Amino acid sequence: MRLTALLTGSAMVLASLATPAIARKKDKDEAAAAKPAPFNKDPYPSTYRAYPGVPTAVTNVTVYDGEGAKFVNATVYFRDGKVEGVESGGAVKDGYTVIDGTGKWVTPGIIDVHSHLGDYPTPSVDAHSDGNEATGPARPEVWAEHSVWPQDPGFSRALANGGVTALQILPGSANLFGGRSVTLKNVYARNVQGMKFPGAPYGLKMACGENPKRVYGSRGQMPSTRMGNMAVNRQTWARAVEYKRKLDKGESVNRDLAMETLAGVLSGEILVHNHCYRADEMSLVVDMAKEFGYKVSTFHHAVESYKIADLLAKEGICSAMWADWWGFKMESYDAINENIPLVHKAGACAIVHSDDANGIQRLNQEAAKALGDGRRIGINVPDEVAWTWLSYNPAKALGIADKTGSLKPGKMADIVLWNGNPLSVYSRPDKVWIDGALMFDAADPKKRPVADFELGQPGEGDVK
Amino acid sequence: MKHILLACAALIAAPVSAETVAITGGRVVIGDGSAPIDNGTVLVTDGRIVAAGANVAIPAGAKRVDAKGKWVTPGIVAGFTRMGLVGVDGVRPSNDTEARTSPFNASLDIAPAINPDVAAIAVNRAAGVTRAIVSPDAGNAIFGGQGVVIDTGNDMNAVTKSKLFQFVEFGETGARIAGGSRPALIAAFRTALSEAADAAKGVFREDGLLKRQDALALVPVLNGTMKLFIHVEGAPDILSVLALKKDYPALNIVLVGATEGWRVAPQIAAAKVPVLASALNDLPESFEQLAATQSNVGRMVAAGVQVGIGMINDNEARQAQLSMQYAGNLVALTKVPGATGLSWDKAFAAISSVPAAIAGLGADLGSLKAGRRADIVLWDGDPLEGTTGVTDVWIDGVKQPLSSRQTRLRDRYLDPAEGNLPNAYDR
Repeated sequence: MRLTALLTGSAMVLASLATPAIARKKDKDEAAAAKPAPFNKDPYPSTYRAYPGVPTAVTNVTVYDGEGAKFVNATVYFRDGKVEGVESGGAVKDGYTVIDGTGKWVTPGIIDVHSHLGDYPTPSVDAHSDGNEATGPARPEVWAEHSVWPQDPGFSRALANGGVTALQILPGSANLFGGRSVTLKNVYARNVQGMKFPGAPYGLKMACGENPKRVYGSRGQMPSTRMGNMAVNRQTWARAVEYKRKLDKGESVNRDLAMETLAGVLSGEILVHNHCYRADEMSLVVDMAKEFGYKVSTFHHAVESYKIADLLAKEGICSAMWADWWGFKMESYDAINENIPLVHKAGACAIVHSDDANGIQRLNQEAAKALGDGRRIGINVPDEVAWTWLSYNPAKALGIADKTGSLKPGKMADIVLWNGNPLSVYSRPDKVWIDGALMFDAADPKKRPVADFELGQPGEGDVK
Repeated sequence: MKHILLACAALIAAPVSAETVAITGGRVVIGDGSAPIDNGTVLVTDGRIVAAGANVAIPAGAKRVDAKGKWVTPGIVAGFTRMGLVGVDGVRPSNDTEARTSPFNASLDIAPAINPDVAAIAVNRAAGVTRAIVSPDAGNAIFGGQGVVIDTGNDMNAVTKSKLFQFVEFGETGARIAGGSRPALIAAFRTALSEAADAAKGVFREDGLLKRQDALALVPVLNGTMKLFIHVEGAPDILSVLALKKDYPALNIVLVGATEGWRVAPQIAAAKVPVLASALNDLPESFEQLAATQSNVGRMVAAGVQVGIGMINDNEARQAQLSMQYAGNLVALTKVPGATGLSWDKAFAAISSVPAAIAGLGADLGSLKAGRRADIVLWDGDPLEGTTGVTDVWIDGVKQPLSSRQTRLRDRYLDPAEGNLPNAYDR
């Protein structure tokens, strides 16, 4: 009896810790939300702990702070895992390990809102194919974290070549409701709990368009059309609204993992990340979200966001985009290279994402391509503002912008020192700190993580 | 009748400009691995390069193009693509890369399937890609058929050279297609060449594995007059391929992919086998790519291997335009401790003169040396940098349009809100 009470109590504490800020400003359900949760909302809690670091001053660098500001000949201070500040010029304060960054740049670590590392790891063998629970079009009950293989060699490449310090692992897009996502620190651990970003809200992966209707239509199941997609979506949301109504009234419900996830979305605790290419389908999703009372955080891929950039700005929905991927299927045929700058110009939230274990190593280069394409049509985004596409905007989309994504004092010291202009194809990470701990150093092979899979095999520990 | 035929021939021949053009004042990159030349001149007549570099005499009457502040380079030669064979990858009827249920394989000639109307041609032309090696994929057999070199010009005649090479899958993919193992793959390969040898003598066995046409198609492969592009990734498989030369000394082999090539680079160099390598593979994508590293190309080049950049199984029907970015990343490696990259000059050559040479067309295209086709690109900055854009493209000396359906969509939606009429009226 006592044991049960203790467990329930600690679970409640953990649940409240994990509840993001976005949930706290919820209006009409406030009373209900304040009631004890009938179940543990954080049963696989983060055990991530920052590794030790030393008080560090990186001097003589150009800095993009991630929120649009630029500093030249600056010093970046961090200590105890947190950013202390960025100061232009002046003498270096005592008590810091000084790293001379002359000719180099400092930025916040890149955050990828769309990765399948761990759930589609390398080697890409069938035994590792854990990203799509393609046994039914609505699977909100599955959690990506239960598929993440923390030994995916891809994490190390994203760190060393990409300067990626945090990333969201999403289920795939075979299903309309793909399941819960998980946000990770890009730090290897023995289990996924050890990588989980402390306090990051869960996401829900949804998908529009060709994939769900192809996967299920080819089996003679619903959905086989776009209208079928929407019908299954709406029926599922209608069930979720009813489930949540019962929960809020304190009625007893049979525990339903799928409905728990959707109720979490409806109460604002879980953020919707919706794979959607076409402008017309994104527009329908915007109305569907209003119909059932939830909000879309981010449209992913969003290759036609430029056609509705005004609508996306008005609705406050982010677009996570590629620079120039296009044409691999019908719904990507209208992709244009200026998508990112046009979304930015409309005042909407623009994000550069990868969806790819190779692309995640070059998100800075993708931003550079988009920047150049934008400038050639007169959209003159400064370099330091473009960095918001890579760190602050993705942090916002993931509900972690109060913790990371920029170099504001007090934030996690997730920091990349680049060996040159980070928007140049010729630049690479020189050092990467996560929570102030040096997790990659190009000059030190001992600071190059090697996943279990690669030990004792050809190429182990090589520069990659 | 003859008159009409001649007229038709003229209609389908690739357009070549007859005028003399001097492109002056730019930073000229010859493309042969030499350093850029500032304030250089490129002189073009009849669709061919006359001269390029410093101190080029400009004939009176030449049309002048001012390239001050720009970079002037040969058009990019994409080293391994499937461009022109695909409208939209996922739309099967628009995708001619492979023929899984065809009775034929080695005899499949992709030249008639090259479609200059696919959107990828205009998109890549505008990005600076002017030529591409185009290969079929293997469908029902390890042999995929015969590949070509194309240009991306705005005309109906895309094929520069057809029946240039035969494509064959080795390694894991070849083993799967051949029936499930590498021994089955080697058996299929050796049997096919044996039947080709018979076919060369007019002997066609009743119980042969190949159709008569497929056996005949392999005769020039066997005698080395047609190149054999072999897709192979793992170091042990590369050694198996090189060993084939003992039994088939005439084979004119080009390795494609070669992710683990660095592990056997001295052997590849000794065999004088060139490589169209995937530039940036660094993940253990499969058990034949465990030792993948971005330093692969640099290490092979350092060992004396001739390496151009190709893009097998990497969005190669559409994204040849990434060639410049890939080359730039190899330059980036020269600043990374412990890594091996390429100098800028060699990196640019890996996407221009080297793939042209590997295709056997080095005297015809891929650089701005005298006599080459006048495929020229003007850039507003360093062509390997992502922020750089293309301002002008010539193919065979003909000035090319740089619009595509992508730029048309962009222009329509610069302001997405409807005006007095729906956007459908805006063009």
